[in-house]
Amino acid sequence: MLTLKEVTKTFNPGTPDQKRVLSGISFQLSKGDFVTLIGSNGAGKSTLLGAICGSFPIDGGTIELGGRDITAEKAHARARYIGRLFQDPLRGTAPAMSVMENLYLASGWGGWLSTPRKREVDALKDKLALLDMGLENRLQEPVGLLSGGQRQALTLLMATITPPKLLLLDEHTAALDPAAAKKVLSLTASIVAEHGLTCLMVTHNMKDALRLGNRTMMMDGGSIVLDVSGAERQALTVDDLLQRFKAGTATDRVLLS
Amino acid sequence: MLNLLQTALELGLICSLTTLALFVSYGMLNVCDLSTDGCFTLGAAVGAVVAAAGHPVLSLPAAILAGMCSGFVTAFLQTRMGVNSLLAGIAVNTGLYSINIAVMGGSSLVNLNKVETVFTGMRSLLLPLHLDGQYKLITALVFVLIIWGFLVVFLKTRLGLSIRATGSNADMVRSSSIDPTFTTTVTLIISGGITALSGCLLAQCQKSANIDMGSGMVTIALASLLMGGTLIKRGSLQKRALSAVLGAVLFRLIYMIALRLHLPAFLLKLISALIVIICIWGAQLQLPGRRKGGQTC
Repeated sequence: MLTLKEVTKTFNPGTPDQKRVLSGISFQLSKGDFVTLIGSNGAGKSTLLGAICGSFPIDGGTIELGGRDITAEKAHARARYIGRLFQDPLRGTAPAMSVMENLYLASGWGGWLSTPRKREVDALKDKLALLDMGLENRLQEPVGLLSGGQRQALTLLMATITPPKLLLLDEHTAALDPAAAKKVLSLTASIVAEHGLTCLMVTHNMKDALRLGNRTMMMDGGSIVLDVSGAERQALTVDDLLQRFKAGTATDRVLLS
Repeated sequence: MLNLLQTALELGLICSLTTLALFVSYGMLNVCDLSTDGCFTLGAAVGAVVAAAGHPVLSLPAAILAGMCSGFVTAFLQTRMGVNSLLAGIAVNTGLYSINIAVMGGSSLVNLNKVETVFTGMRSLLLPLHLDGQYKLITALVFVLIIWGFLVVFLKTRLGLSIRATGSNADMVRSSSIDPTFTTTVTLIISGGITALSGCLLAQCQKSANIDMGSGMVTIALASLLMGGTLIKRGSLQKRALSAVLGAVLFRLIYMIALRLHLPAFLLKLISALIVIICIWGAQLQLPGRRKGGQTC
């Protein structure tokens, strides 16, 4: 499904600030894989996600999705089959526009000059109702008035109206309060399960990392240092993970839930 | 007095088209298009030359097309050549000065006194209705209604939504598989076309086009837009587009009052600059932090 071969990226090359953030990353995801990605700050997790969705050109290596080489494709072109959520709930939606306008734009339905039809509005409304946040009754309100949790749930819906081949979640619940985070996470799990999405989720929550998904990867210093699934992963505990964490590097943040 | 009022209304309506153009580029896309002055004059020059050649009706699409080209160049500089949006506008504006003189056949003035224009054509149409006294006002109103209607419908289409989203959150546009380069280009082409139409109409209304017609137009339009924005702070797209037109008319009325107070004409530009400052200041006083300004402009 997704294949990375020797992907490298160095920021600020040739300056004293030079930093190799991805040093030859290779891995493969099968269709339907739900991978949790952990690692200390600066390990290269977000950069890896950025490389996959084309936020910047990579220095070397190739990225293939569904058998197609997308290494040179621009971000907006990749967005057709890659959905992405950021940590900042404000990044996924246009605050000045209404809930319906945001959703309609993300749906990709209709031609350039078409407006939402009754049938399309109803379909989007039904999907909103599934979020169980009452947003289906606030269609005309500007998204800027919604709470962070509501905006993140809306972004999740927007990213998956047309199920993407790959869903990238970059600590998408880290900026939310515990209740909202729990809600968005359970929505994520149900949407991923419903469409059988291939998903790569960055998290700092070790419990979630082992509880959700079928595979866990750990990054450190721009490389993948741990990649477990199946029985081996079942046997892992949060303590084990923390041990591996400390073994890799001195962490700058205690990551317990 | 009534005569002056009517003139102010006519001017306000014609210039409100430029305000509507900025409503799209500045209000929606959040790009301050400084090529507006040159683009306005370009529309006036092209429209005047085509009308002088005996094609008053053809002068309108010709001017619009010229404005769209100008908008495309500004957008190309910004999106493909990485020129800062303000600098791109300034560069195009400067270049247009020469082009406008070239369009007017090397002269800085085209006289339309004895030429058939859109306005004179409208007058003969209105003659049987005994409305020929207001022919300028009616012509201007018709064009404002057409452009207002077009924008209100257009900005609700998928393309219109993506333009509004580009100004609001370009990341979100990219995630929706839409290229912000494309939406920026479309916006500036549309606003360029409308600005040029505005210039074309003003030249034909005043029966002459000259090279300085557009100078200060971006300030006037911006002042009008902000003034309208303080009148109608929020509401539907229709209302906000209407507020741009109201702002433009109100601006001309203030101008008229300044003239009635026998202020010398050279002070008018200073007054428009002051109105811009007061409007921006006023808007910030009332709505602290509502608009994330100053990102692209």
